[in-house]
Amino acid sequence: MKKKLVCIGNGMAGMRTIEEILKLEPDMYEISVFGEEPHENYNRILLSPVLAGEKTIDDIILNSAEWYTENNITLYKDEKVIEIDRIHNQIKSEKGTVLEYDRLLIATGSTAFIIPIQGHQLDGVIGFRDIKDVNTMLSAAQTGKNAVVIGGGLLGLEAANGLRKQGMTVTVVHLLDSLMERQLDKSASSLLKCSLEDTGLNFKMEAQTEAILGTDGKVSAVKFKDGSSVDADLVVMAVGIRPNINLAQQAGLQCERGILVDDTLQTYDPKIYSIGECVQHRGQVYGLVAPLFEQAKVCANHLVDLGYSRYEGSVTSTKLKVTGIDLFSAGNFTGTDDSEDIIFQDPSLGVYKKLVIEDNKIIGTVLYGATLDGSWYFQLMRDQTDISAMRDKLLFGQAHLGDSGHGDENHILTMPDDAEVCGCNGVCKGDIVNAIVKKNLFTVDDVRAETKASNSCGSCTALVEQLLASTLGNDYSASPAHKPLCKCTDLTHDEVKDEIVKQKLTSIHAVYEALDWKTPDGCASCRPALNYYLMSTFPDVVEDDSQSRFINERAHGNIQKDGTYSVVPRMWGGVTNPAELRAIADVADKYDVKLVKVTGGQRIDLFGLTKEQLPHIWADLNKAGFVSGHAYGKALRTVKTCVGSDWCRFGTQDSTGMGIKLEKMTWGSWTPHKFKIAVSGCPRNCSEATIKDFGVVAVDSGWELHVGGNGGIKVRVTDLLCKVSTEEEVQEYCGAFMQLYREQAHYLERTAPWIERVGLKYVQEIIVDDAEQRKLLHERFLASQDISQVDPWAELAKKPNSPQFKPLKRIAA
Amino acid sequence: MSQQIAIGTLNDIPQMGATTVETPNGRYAIFRTRNDEVFALRDQCPHKQGPLSQGIVAGHTVTCPLHNWKIDLSSGEAQAPDEGCVNTLPIEAQPDGTLLLTLVD
Ligand SMILES: Cc1cc2nc3c(=O)[nH]c(=O)nc-3n(C[C@H](O)[C@H](O)[C@H](O)COP(=O)(O)OP(=O)(O)OC[C@H]3O[C@@H](n4cnc5c(N)ncnc54)[C@H](O)[C@@H]3O)c2cc1C
Ligand code: HEM
Ligand code: SF4
Ligand code: SF4
Ligand code: FES
Repeated sequence: MKKKLVCIGNGMAGMRTIEEILKLEPDMYEISVFGEEPHENYNRILLSPVLAGEKTIDDIILNSAEWYTENNITLYKDEKVIEIDRIHNQIKSEKGTVLEYDRLLIATGSTAFIIPIQGHQLDGVIGFRDIKDVNTMLSAAQTGKNAVVIGGGLLGLEAANGLRKQGMTVTVVHLLDSLMERQLDKSASSLLKCSLEDTGLNFKMEAQTEAILGTDGKVSAVKFKDGSSVDADLVVMAVGIRPNINLAQQAGLQCERGILVDDTLQTYDPKIYSIGECVQHRGQVYGLVAPLFEQAKVCANHLVDLGYSRYEGSVTSTKLKVTGIDLFSAGNFTGTDDSEDIIFQDPSLGVYKKLVIEDNKIIGTVLYGATLDGSWYFQLMRDQTDISAMRDKLLFGQAHLGDSGHGDENHILTMPDDAEVCGCNGVCKGDIVNAIVKKNLFTVDDVRAETKASNSCGSCTALVEQLLASTLGNDYSASPAHKPLCKCTDLTHDEVKDEIVKQKLTSIHAVYEALDWKTPDGCASCRPALNYYLMSTFPDVVEDDSQSRFINERAHGNIQKDGTYSVVPRMWGGVTNPAELRAIADVADKYDVKLVKVTGGQRIDLFGLTKEQLPHIWADLNKAGFVSGHAYGKALRTVKTCVGSDWCRFGTQDSTGMGIKLEKMTWGSWTPHKFKIAVSGCPRNCSEATIKDFGVVAVDSGWELHVGGNGGIKVRVTDLLCKVSTEEEVQEYCGAFMQLYREQAHYLERTAPWIERVGLKYVQEIIVDDAEQRKLLHERFLASQDISQVDPWAELAKKPNSPQFKPLKRIAA
Repeated sequence: MSQQIAIGTLNDIPQMGATTVETPNGRYAIFRTRNDEVFALRDQCPHKQGPLSQGIVAGHTVTCPLHNWKIDLSSGEAQAPDEGCVNTLPIEAQPDGTLLLTLVD
């Protein structure tokens, strides 16, 4: 028989947990849900736009009546639970329903706090919490003229904005001298107040409400301690929320401000779990959705008896959902005794940015007027990235690095609905916003799956994040520390890598078994990643699983749009000679190559070859002395050089020779993503070394080593790692750097984002400051090169008849 | 009319991999899953004709090598949000491993 799960509270946290349970174990529980409200589960966040007339109630339903039926969930709506009987494992509702449970989930959320001043029971005095409140406000707007909102926080301002849009004259009353003091510092707060005043809102600051006055039991005015008063047909109290813990308290569960839960979301009674705004975890009570979603994942994991994940608390960020106002806040934005602020202010543009830095890490941020970089700062904050190396550029944001294909379009809020956001898949702003609302999307992944936006090159991810944030008022990206490797597991890249080492896992299926993978064969994301991690961890034991490699690496050529391949022979340091060129010309003739082109990495690319031709052309190129150029791999691509001191009148060192040495040392190595090197003979830098993963620039006294550059979608100039004097040192630093990257970066993470994640300083401490570690890394690099410097072309050219290259059969008509 | 044609044996295809067969109706990709099930699909992605035989096979889906559409091996349907369908042919493995492909014309 199925076990019985009863959920009290039909709100966002409770239903999210049920959804997570259904994903993991759809048949484990017989599920019943009680909800005090007479509705299916809806998106409470979007009540503000409903009030503002921008959305309708139907738009914001998250789980329809059919969803409950389809998933065999019995929904008792409009039915409040009034008792939990822990002795008999039963709950009782106000309508007399009694249900037994094996597991109970308390997700009762919270209620708006109504200050118990004189007049608070008058008709027309409400909180802002649910559909009922919104309906009361909408009908008040039909008949009444004046509204007073008590409380100048997030909720109060959204209520005020909505009521104003419904045609009411609105006064916001705030106890303190600055609005949203829990999310904003004084400067941002006063900018916000100005913009809101421009839209027509009235403010009464530093005002203490004394009483609410009424006639015939209906509200008529609000009176203040200073003697003044404001007329009111409606009073909305938005002064805070109180977790709904009565039920739990009566049942004897430990509560403080909220129901106490541990890292598994279990209460003091092991049969009872609790989640959402009603819980208190490690001293924290949350009032935003993103943390609740993280809790839901963990709670479901334990309710289905998997029992391995933990909730360790969340760092939250906030956005105000008032159309036209662009504001982002996260973390500790007022600072500590030891922190310092970096501030950018341009009053005429209406832009204010503040970053609070402590120990070279961002601990808080407030952005007003330009919030595109909010999610980037938030990420740096949660990753605790050391920002000392980019400190001078930090305030200009990630966008100053440029995103190809987007120009400098970073004011997404002012973009028209038909503006293209995703240039690869042609998805417009309007499509994305619609999908977020209609299809209940919360994360960038959701948006990708639904609309394909940001699904290809990813350069529009920040724009999509912005749209999510401005539509839903929050950043919902799972905190990166918990970002699963792919949909087949809840473990992160780092956790998986650690387990591979700890448990000595040496095959992909061993990983799947040991780590409880959700899919029997993994998917096209995790298989190549695992194959890489296994190979780079145990280079001498693990066998390459070619079925887990992308086709380019399996066919040792780049697949082209018509399914043909391109072939790039390696030319050491970009140097060639007449004999080699003749051989290439012969091959091009013999195989009727469709296009011969010089690549960006100083090599010659032959296009339009069929798969059947590949082993033959490789054999011919091998004969002429060529090996594979790995132009297709997550591997060392090319070492680009300039002619240097041998020929160039400016040259200070032999950059060509250095490049050849580096290429001979590094070719054939597999890396998390492609890896490009260049060597220039002087600071004129003709080989563009400062946008490569490892760039070497010769100077009179030696060599400058630069790392983490990228010339792709997001151009990133390298950081200077250090300066060395000899060619041997260049080689050792290069090997050590590549090895550190291979061992520590996530699969498909290029050196640029990797360095931004761990910080340049971290890399310098290991490679530059610690000679011992550098040597060991370089040795490990050389050791694995012993195994991987095999020309894949030579291997495969031996088996031209393998069914990998030829059709198994040709069936005649 | 339809005819069954022996195209080779199970062992000609790597597990979780594919090979191809040229037929009068074009090239077909022959997939083998980890559990030795076999499927035959037109070797042309419904998106932009990518060669499905070159994709990564996991469970009952193949991921197209060109733009990562996921195609169901038994129905030939693209997984949401993508829409499209590729032709499939009946294929079965005999107890001795011989693969019989059914051509329909
Ligand atoms: C207007 C508004 C705007 C907001 N904007 C944002 C925003 O921009 N970003 C953000 O992150 N968050 C926002 N929030 C907060 C967010 O909506 C809440 O954090 C979230 O809904 C809490 O989820 P929950 O499941 O814990 O509680 P709820 O969603 O409140 O669900 C609890 C449910 O349990 C029911 N219930 C309670 N007691 C009982 C009982 N005894 N028996 C049966 N049922 C019971 C309640 O009726 C309720 O339906 C906003 C909230 C409001 C009101
Ligand atoms: C202050 C100390 C303790 C508290 C507050 C406590 C509380 C509880 C509660 C609330 C339950 C759930 C009862 C139910 O399911 O109906 C429980 C179950 C149980 N407790 Fe304790 N307990 C305590 C100490 C202990 C100790 C010291 C032991 C063992 C030596 C113990 C063994 C058990 C067992 C075996 C169960 C049953 C577990 C199950 O149902 O799966 N408890 N306890
Ligand atoms: S980088 Fe310097 S040495 Fe190299 S080609 Fe340019 S000017 Fe000459
Ligand atoms: S070669 Fe590169 S830049 Fe050119 S179209 Fe292809 S992916 Fe885009
Ligand atoms: S051709 Fe298959 S995904 Fe584009």
